[in-house]
Amino acid sequence: MALVLNEEQRLLRDTAQDFLQREAPVAALRQLRDSRDDTGYSTTLWQQMADLGWASIILPEAYGGLDFGFTGLGVIMQESGRTLVASPLFATAVVGASALLLAGTEAQREHYLPLLAAGNLTLALALEESHHHSPHRIEARVERRGDDLVLNGHKTFVLDGHSADYLLVLARDPERTDTGQDLTLLLVPRTSAGIDCQRSLMVDSRNAATINFTDVRIPADAVLGRPGQASDALDQILDRGRVALAAEMLGSAEEVFDRTVAWLKERVQFGVPIGSFQALQHRAAHMQTELELSRSVVLQALAAVDDNPTQVPLLASLAKANLNELVKNISNEAVQMHGGIGVTDELEIGFFLKRARVTMQIFGDTGFHKDRYASLCGY
Amino acid sequence: MDDLQSFREETRQWLEANCPPSQRQPGTPEEQYWGGRRGQFASADAQLWFERMRDRGWTAPEWPTEYGGGGLTPHQGRILKEEMRRINARTPLYSLGIWMLGPALLEYGTEAQKQQHLRAIVNGEVRWCQGYSEPGAGSDLASLQTRAEDQGEHFLVNGSKIWTTSADKSDWIFCLVRTNPDVKKQEGISFLLIDMATPGVSVTPIALISGDSEFCQTFFDNVAVPKDNLVGPLNGGWSVAKALLVHERKLMAELGSDSPRKEIPLLQAARDYLEFNDGRIADAELRSNLASHEMRMHAIGLTHMRSFEERAAGAASTAALAMKYLGTEAMKNKSELLLAIMGSRGLGWEGPGFSDEELDATRLWAGSKAMTIAGGTSEIQLNVIARNVLQLPQAPAAKSKS
Repeated sequence: MALVLNEEQRLLRDTAQDFLQREAPVAALRQLRDSRDDTGYSTTLWQQMADLGWASIILPEAYGGLDFGFTGLGVIMQESGRTLVASPLFATAVVGASALLLAGTEAQREHYLPLLAAGNLTLALALEESHHHSPHRIEARVERRGDDLVLNGHKTFVLDGHSADYLLVLARDPERTDTGQDLTLLLVPRTSAGIDCQRSLMVDSRNAATINFTDVRIPADAVLGRPGQASDALDQILDRGRVALAAEMLGSAEEVFDRTVAWLKERVQFGVPIGSFQALQHRAAHMQTELELSRSVVLQALAAVDDNPTQVPLLASLAKANLNELVKNISNEAVQMHGGIGVTDELEIGFFLKRARVTMQIFGDTGFHKDRYASLCGY
Repeated sequence: MDDLQSFREETRQWLEANCPPSQRQPGTPEEQYWGGRRGQFASADAQLWFERMRDRGWTAPEWPTEYGGGGLTPHQGRILKEEMRRINARTPLYSLGIWMLGPALLEYGTEAQKQQHLRAIVNGEVRWCQGYSEPGAGSDLASLQTRAEDQGEHFLVNGSKIWTTSADKSDWIFCLVRTNPDVKKQEGISFLLIDMATPGVSVTPIALISGDSEFCQTFFDNVAVPKDNLVGPLNGGWSVAKALLVHERKLMAELGSDSPRKEIPLLQAARDYLEFNDGRIADAELRSNLASHEMRMHAIGLTHMRSFEERAAGAASTAALAMKYLGTEAMKNKSELLLAIMGSRGLGWEGPGFSDEELDATRLWAGSKAMTIAGGTSEIQLNVIARNVLQLPQAPAAKSKS
């Protein structure tokens, strides 16, 4: 029954809904934006979220986790999408935790995961080097110098990069180029010497950093897992990120659609609610059918991470491509159907519109995933 | 779950032992068996396959056994479908009686009506067609004008029905008729079963853009119909019709995914008609369109599953209402895409120079245009979603008329 929430997941959803509507409504994001908050998220809120177990929701109990799997995580992501919560949930609890689980050694997992679970460690994946997602086109270099390693390179669009405790850096090891296995993940303290971190405020009022690494000296045990072996784990980490993000995008799309349908019933023009006009009804009904498809692909992709790993690459690309298009279209329609008030900063619809554009670029746009889906299917 | 697993095992073994190899491959429309007094089997194997399935009650797997059905639960029914699809088994009996009328009779029919009609449907003895639309009542179905007047002993029916699929090959027709012209239009409609052998019934096929003429117009000229043939209460036919429409939409939403059709699969067509570079379709536009379509079909398939699971769990399913619209629009798009992939090879109409599959593709493309019209147009589906799911207020024009 993977496509229908069970009792435990419904309870989790209700708890998340209560908590987020109360502690982190969209107004909280506006507040962070207007106060030009240094961190870009509320550390108090993140501690509360960690206390609820959300930082460790996918972690096995052995590392202090809740072990709710991705179907459990999906519920939290979806609800956090509904209120556009700015928090390290994605970069740390999804991507960072997945990287440690999939690529880390047992010693690294035992050391870092309990800290992460308690809300005492934040991570940021330093992956992209150009303005389009291309996870295997990496030029950052890690080289051996004596007992240490030296890192050089340039990274961009690093989510939470300016605030995370550690950066998870993807780099190539030139000594291993011949083997074809030269991608390495490194766990680097953000404050290390030689790291120049530029914080950028993005259109969605969240942060992504541009980072230059110049002769950054790191100890050899900073390699996550084994040197040169990051390639396979990377795809799995990214797929988990894509699936979780798709769940967040679904929550945002549902919220923006609910608000728009409510507006269609409330706004009166020509003496009647505008929702009585067939021109708008058909557009809204079409969106409703698109939402139905998106719900199915997200739930199936989440379940596949837990139960059917071989299907994850195909379903992750299906889900990310599908949700990319959904959030783009539904946020555009939301603005248009709200009319003039839709383009004011006062109305929160604009926050959803902007967040949609950022999520569409994270870990692959529609073209990237359509191409990957076609290639996986052999054409 | 263990019971279902053992049901799957048994079903798989039984199908392996009983489905003739010739019935495990896609068939042409001419090879489908629709039953009825004039029904003919395309081969001895088709007959054998039908009889074996019928004897097990599996022409209508989820109907009660007392009416000749298989008595399966919805989950078992789904497993049977999956196992049949796994070996490409053909549908042994195509039947509007099974897909549409039967479920309505089970819900609204009298015991006598169930006894009279259900077993004859399961056994393929009687072929049914549907009399809903009229020349003046298409999307506005409730404005239908075919009259049934109370003559004491019987109803006297006058009028005509259009888009009566395969009426020229059917034995009985289930009709919506007006029994009270003086009330709100939905409240004066009744649901009536009519034997097409009754004097006064005549049928004319309608030629379509696909070259087929499966749709007909059916005329009723002073047709006397016994009062026992009324299903549900007098003037209560609209509720029966709506229940039946739900089955029709479900059926149309699942067409194409259900039974193997002799139609060129898109990926096969891509390999046969397109150039590849390094394992990729060279034409970037077609490759992108193909991927979009395949991803959509994937999402629709998952939504079918979700909708089934929701209903099986006893929850309301808003997805179910979306499926007719999504499914038929996607199928129409598929036909367009197939033509685009085949280029000029997809434009043949008849004669030499084209394979049978190529000629079929052209005609299926033209035929696919009916998918988003029959059983409630896409626009009507969107109206229903706007009203029933989104609860948007009724449009001003519609409000003043009904």
